[in-house]
Amino acid sequence: MRMTAAFECLSSCSGCEIAVLNIGEALIPILTECLDIVHAPILMDHKYYGQCGAKGKRLHIPEAAIGIVSGGVSNEEHLEVLEEMRRKSRVLVALGSCATQGGIPALMNGQHSKESFDDVYRTSSTDPGATRPDRIVPKLLDRTYALDEKITIDLQLPGCPPNPAGILEVIMSQLENREPVLPTKSVCDTCPTRREGRSEGSTVKRFIENVEFDPEKPVGDMRCLLEQGFMCMGAVTAAGCSRGGVPACIEARVPCRGCFGSVRSKGNQLLDMMNALASNGIDVTSIVDRRSIQRFCGAHGNLRPKKKTVVKKGA
Amino acid sequence: MGEVLTIQPVTRIEGHARISVHLDDDGNVEDAYMSLMSLRGFEKFVEGRPAEEVPRIITRICGICPWMHHIASNKAVDGCFAVTPPPAGYALRELLQVMAHINDKILHFFFLAAPDFVLGPDADYSVRNVMGIVKAMPELATRVVKMRQLGQMMIDRFAGKAIHPVAAVCGGFSKPMIDSERVDLLKDAQVLLDFSLYALDYAKTNVFNKYIDVIGELGVITTGFLGTVDRADGSFRLYDGKQRLMKADGTFVDFEGDEYLDYIGEHVEAWSYGKMPYAKSWDEGFSLDLDAPKGIYRANTLARINVCDRMATPNAQEALEEFRSAFGRPAQATLLYHYARLIELVYACERTIELLKREIITDVNVRAGVEPKGGRGVGVVEAPRGTLIHDYTTDDNGCIKEANLIVGTTHNIAPMNMSVKQAATMLIKGGRYDETILNKVEMAVRAYDP
Repeated sequence: MRMTAAFECLSSCSGCEIAVLNIGEALIPILTECLDIVHAPILMDHKYYGQCGAKGKRLHIPEAAIGIVSGGVSNEEHLEVLEEMRRKSRVLVALGSCATQGGIPALMNGQHSKESFDDVYRTSSTDPGATRPDRIVPKLLDRTYALDEKITIDLQLPGCPPNPAGILEVIMSQLENREPVLPTKSVCDTCPTRREGRSEGSTVKRFIENVEFDPEKPVGDMRCLLEQGFMCMGAVTAAGCSRGGVPACIEARVPCRGCFGSVRSKGNQLLDMMNALASNGIDVTSIVDRRSIQRFCGAHGNLRPKKKTVVKKGA
Repeated sequence: MGEVLTIQPVTRIEGHARISVHLDDDGNVEDAYMSLMSLRGFEKFVEGRPAEEVPRIITRICGICPWMHHIASNKAVDGCFAVTPPPAGYALRELLQVMAHINDKILHFFFLAAPDFVLGPDADYSVRNVMGIVKAMPELATRVVKMRQLGQMMIDRFAGKAIHPVAAVCGGFSKPMIDSERVDLLKDAQVLLDFSLYALDYAKTNVFNKYIDVIGELGVITTGFLGTVDRADGSFRLYDGKQRLMKADGTFVDFEGDEYLDYIGEHVEAWSYGKMPYAKSWDEGFSLDLDAPKGIYRANTLARINVCDRMATPNAQEALEEFRSAFGRPAQATLLYHYARLIELVYACERTIELLKREIITDVNVRAGVEPKGGRGVGVVEAPRGTLIHDYTTDDNGCIKEANLIVGTTHNIAPMNMSVKQAATMLIKGGRYDETILNKVEMAVRAYDP
């Protein structure tokens, strides 16, 4: 059982790559006996333009049985790399929520991006008169895209970060030439907290106070955080984050913010969450910032700039 | 103008960078640039978000050091809401931040940097990596993988998420530590301390002594340094303290984090998305000239080791004394970043044990009451890659009105450019270059762990 593999990261933070390393000791036999890694910028030295950097103008990535790409697409170089990965990979995997649905960087899709990116070079500590760099650096696209908005993806593995167990399952399934077995339920369906069937209060509490729980007792003794009146997005979010049988944020006694994306295929976490809250008799106007609910899924047109208010002169 | 060599992507680093080396008609280096290729706009898209949500959004700046952003952000939000975490909340934040340094250093030294030294800078690119180390030295590699994993799982177990954490919150921490958790962590921390002492010894013999000539010349530049030291005794601190900005001659000024705008400016070049912080308070402007740099200081491990008066833990202090007697203060050789990194690894393990032995660490009062409101807060911590500054202003509803960030790595963009140019100029002559030479240019970058 051996196969070639290529890894790339686009508009990303390297957290997905750390999640790969968090497979831990099981990674050693995979690296020595199963995978021939032909390209992976964070771990090895294969270059786009030849090892001496003088081999033509078109970037080159070797062919691989499996290609794994993290990060969204936000500039021309990302697009070029992604298209090359598609050409060269037999099976192409979108790894992590930036690749599958835009992730946190796609929050920028809710802004007028030209002005906003210009503003980055006008902050309080930046030298006056500075302008946005435009030489050598790749040109930005109009917004951040999920991978499947640009090319065909064979396997989607969301999560911020994705679960090392899920990454291992994807690699093993390819080695064994079978379909991967991945979670299909919601975070709520896999959450052990205690539910009483009714929520406290009729508004959504901001997370400025800790949830109620007994630290000496297991998570299963803690009451559901949504029922405690906090915004917890487990009901509308795909499961997959659990390590020890408890969703990762719930383990920290902190409500879910939906990082694995919608539990429904092409579902909308904001609309689903509004419905879930309203049907529990909660006043959704008490939510301070609804855009935050789309923070992991701003690609696919889910987040757009607010319409500019037109100021009428002389009105 | 002659040939342009493009090293792209720069590999075995965290971010996205490209090096361009411009040769003149005789094939000698005319100029060299390292461009940061990524721009995401975090400062802008946190605007309008409720401030208490930002510490769990802003972590995505870096998946390798998310705890640093998480903690600095929480400190900034505390400032906006004028809240002080109770002692146990403060201690838990420091514990998690220091523990997160442990994995980071093991990752960088053994997974990213070591292949250049252990397998050699001239080893073929297809084996000059961590997979090559696993094959060549399976016993060492297995131990390294286990130790990094142990560090990550200690955090996962207690705080739910090691990558993109959520457990630090404005006003303190989301949950207290119970005694059985403390005892488990203490046992594991001792294992990591033993490993860190072994790693330092291993590197002294197999890397620093062996490559002493390379250390003395590759990427060497002369700059100032920035780090954090204890407010009372000037000792090394990662979590909290005063900022110390040192000139190349060893003289320094100390200042509080919220005064950073008086000391640090950010210069912009048209060929890199990354801004270049410089010492505005030196009143000399900004220049990357190798012979007469202006305003250039460095951050990250070597800088912290240089600016501190001593290390606050015994084994790390012993290592610092040996380091200083060999290389002086401030030490300038760029590859010494690796040495300083391993001294910090020892400190982080020792400090973790110290904190876990404090009674306050299991106190149940971990979060102060918080009221969202208008205000400003500046949160500073030492991230693995340098002093990390989050500066937020909130509106009356406690949502972000304005954010300014100076991220650890960026302090070193200007010096990295200088080291790249120094290394390229020294190594490429008369149009002669090969893979090994270009990899050595990258080694000058890798020392900074960008």
